[in-house]
Amino acid sequence: MSKILEKEIFSKNVVKLVLDAPEIARTRKPGHFVIIKIGKKGERIPLTIASADAKKGTITLVVQKVGVTSGKLCNLEVGDEVTDVVGPLGEATHIEKVGTVLCAGGGVGVAPLLPIVEGFKKAGNRVITILAARSKDLIILEEQMREFSDEVIIMTDDGSYGKKGLVTAGMEEVIQREKVNLSVVIGPAIMMKFAALTTKKYNIKTYASLNTIMVDGTGMCGACRVSVGGRTKFVCVDGPEFDAHQVDFDEMLARLGAYKDQELEAYERYMKTAETVS
Amino acid sequence: MENILEYLKEERSQEWRAEIRKSMKAKERTSRERVKMPEEDPNVRNKSNIEVNSGLPIENAVLEAQRCLDCPDPTCMTGCPVGINIPKFIKKIEVKDFLGAASVLKETNGLPAVCGRVCPQEVQCESTCFYTIKLKKPPVAIGYLERFAADYERESGKMNVPHVADSNKIKVGIVGSGPAGLAAAGDLAKFGYDVTVFEALHEIGGVLKYGIPEFRLPNVIVDVEIDNMKKMGVKFRTNFIVGKTASFDDLKKDGFEAFFVGSGAGLPRFMNIPGENYNGIFSSNEYLTRVNLMNAADPDYDTPVISGKNVAVIGGGNTAMDSVRTAKRLGADRAMIIYRRSEKEMPARVEEIKHAKEEDIEFMNLHNPLEYYADENGRVNRMKIQKMELGEPDASGRRRPVPIQGSEFYIDVDTVVVSVGVSPNPLIPKALADLKVTDWGTIVVDKETMQSSIPELFAGGDIVRGGATVILAMGDGRKAAAGMHKYIQEKIKAN
Ligand SMILES: Cc1cc2nc3c(=O)[nH]c(=O)nc-3n(C[C@H](O)[C@H](O)[C@H](O)COP(=O)(O)OP(=O)(O)OC[C@H]3O[C@@H](n4cnc5c(N)ncnc54)[C@H](O)[C@@H]3O)c2cc1C
Ligand SMILES: Cc1cc2nc3c(=O)[nH]c(=O)nc-3n(C[C@H](O)[C@H](O)[C@H](O)COP(=O)(O)OP(=O)(O)OC[C@H]3O[C@@H](n4cnc5c(N)ncnc54)[C@H](O)[C@@H]3O)c2cc1C
Ligand code: FES
Repeated sequence: MSKILEKEIFSKNVVKLVLDAPEIARTRKPGHFVIIKIGKKGERIPLTIASADAKKGTITLVVQKVGVTSGKLCNLEVGDEVTDVVGPLGEATHIEKVGTVLCAGGGVGVAPLLPIVEGFKKAGNRVITILAARSKDLIILEEQMREFSDEVIIMTDDGSYGKKGLVTAGMEEVIQREKVNLSVVIGPAIMMKFAALTTKKYNIKTYASLNTIMVDGTGMCGACRVSVGGRTKFVCVDGPEFDAHQVDFDEMLARLGAYKDQELEAYERYMKTAETVS
Repeated sequence: MENILEYLKEERSQEWRAEIRKSMKAKERTSRERVKMPEEDPNVRNKSNIEVNSGLPIENAVLEAQRCLDCPDPTCMTGCPVGINIPKFIKKIEVKDFLGAASVLKETNGLPAVCGRVCPQEVQCESTCFYTIKLKKPPVAIGYLERFAADYERESGKMNVPHVADSNKIKVGIVGSGPAGLAAAGDLAKFGYDVTVFEALHEIGGVLKYGIPEFRLPNVIVDVEIDNMKKMGVKFRTNFIVGKTASFDDLKKDGFEAFFVGSGAGLPRFMNIPGENYNGIFSSNEYLTRVNLMNAADPDYDTPVISGKNVAVIGGGNTAMDSVRTAKRLGADRAMIIYRRSEKEMPARVEEIKHAKEEDIEFMNLHNPLEYYADENGRVNRMKIQKMELGEPDASGRRRPVPIQGSEFYIDVDTVVVSVGVSPNPLIPKALADLKVTDWGTIVVDKETMQSSIPELFAGGDIVRGGATVILAMGDGRKAAAGMHKYIQEKIKAN
């Protein structure tokens, strides 16, 4: 059980939650994640630890509402308890001083990108962050990203905010303009695939943090498996970060859709009950 | 050994035992048929979670107990990995002292209701029973009787909480709440230690909860035992991964003096054949965890699972049987086992194979998968299989399966469960650079004390043996508890 100590609404579908989790706060490093579960009948979902305060014994999560469990979590209030929180999981991000780091985030990948942007900035790098979304109202965490980035570039598909175009266009522009030493991309598999192809052209080392479907998060089930360099890896224990040029994104893309029908059904059921309750 | 034999002799010569032996002629005992376990109708049970075996009624348990000859040299006991005093508990059943029978079991086995259900008795106690080896008749149903006594005790509401020594206030940590960890925790609590069990998942019980299905081992049976341990003062911390949430060093700073690691063989193996990462292909661990731990088949629960119509399960162990029978219960029209050797070599319990057949499970023995194919969404829809034949015996003594050239063919499948074994959970070895492990990743321990290369760390169960059994895990846990007790007491004396 972890109590929610603070809640801040970043946008319609994104909230920040501060949880009481002293042990996790003490041992976590940037890039680590937790698995949470709400209620006895809940599902286990992975969420990146956006930041932590070891002294206060708290961890911060930034959650984007995309389905049932993320929705339930976003609806919890200060004082409520999250039934199960386990972590820190995964391998920590390799944060070092390399020079200029180009970070690109889209969709559900923006929240997990935040601690990485912060980590690289604090390690003394020049950090350029690209946030991409379909339209203006889907751009999240812009302000928080600005705090730790030397520059933030916004890209929207429809041009309703920032520049019009895909994330890759923004990346090309930066790479053409200045020397980039490292790139980190997190987002929908399709976006990471094309981002990786872009940096590969220029031979820029690139990490992708993979947000596969998970169950236990301890290496016990293999739900999170992906092919990296032709070998099967478990994202929860071997990752979540991998060399983006080695990841089989097409396979990952297919695997993320494994439960689409059930997820949709569950979400509709959940929305119905949510409506009748409120 | 001498001591044990003396003790058994003394026990056997007690008046009540002698009397009950005399109460019936040996001939009459051996002329009886072995009892049958009452079972749910296969066509009903394969659509529900109801327990397959419903347990012996009292009369039948007593009748079966009468078959036992109370041999002077109880060979059955040599087949029991924890040395249960088998004739004694059976004779207690014969004299209708069922609670007494349960307490005999509990002298050496903390979870008799579990073992009575899941032990492979046919290769343990029942294989060395006098009936099997000398009379060439079906053995005394030791497993059924064990379950009977344990169930009787639980249902009577008179379950006794074992006596716990005065607290010595020494903190010990148990990593993992599977049968190995629970057995160690129970004994250490009895010795008076302040015991905390750390479990990575949100439920206590290890494989007993997330792996073995409800229709074979109902969760309440495990929960009752866990409640009992809580009454003995054992503390449980779920959602706590030792080596991640806190390191061993952190825990030592918090006052823990010694540890028992029973972290299991949790890492699923795949075959690394083409197409194995398509959707609809699971490890048995994922499949069973979704259904057993997360209750995915119940729409009230949020976790999804795919209920396939054509399900192939690869493998021939207990895990494969559990997966294929689960698939049937989730509504599969065709649920099949694909196993590369023949039925004789299957590692699964004989009873599970029998039950699976009754439940309309198809067996494709001497077949091996070669490749999977998928539709345009990446969902598996077909697989290529090859026929096999048995060749020369291999290192395990079983005849090696050899592919038959040109025998490949295809079958339609929409779900595949890969159940070809597990590897030791690497979390703990990864967290401790000084820990000695084998090439297979199992922790190296002293066979008597279960002490590892790190003096204050003991280990047992699947993390030491690779995939083994519940009873061996429990036996290890108990041995380790004794080893830890000795280690800590000597350390105290030395200071
Ligand atoms: C290591 C890791 C770290 C993560 N960190 C964060 C984080 O900090 N903040 C955050 O908001 N989210 C994060 N995610 C993603 C988050 O876990 C998923 O959004 C969540 O599992 C969705 O669950 P749900 O029940 O709400 O939605 P579901 O009902 O399960 O799914 C709803 C929709 O979201 C899609 N979806 C489901 N899971 C994922 C996923 N893992 N990645 C992309 N799309 C998905 C589905 O395809 C579906 O269309 C992380 C994922 C991983 C693996
Ligand atoms: C589906 C299935 C069916 C089976 N059927 C039978 C059967 O019929 N009969 C039989 O005798 N055997 C059977 N077995 C085998 C038997 O279950 C195992 O041999 C036994 O459970 C091993 O016990 P254990 O305590 O070593 O490990 P486990 O039961 O695997 O428990 C280990 C526990 O440790 C936890 N853990 C791991 N690392 C950490 C950490 N770092 N911190 C905290 N916790 C941690 C895990 O989450 C897990 O709960 C079956 C196994 C499976 C999977
Ligand atoms: S989530 Fe189960 S192995 Fe990674």
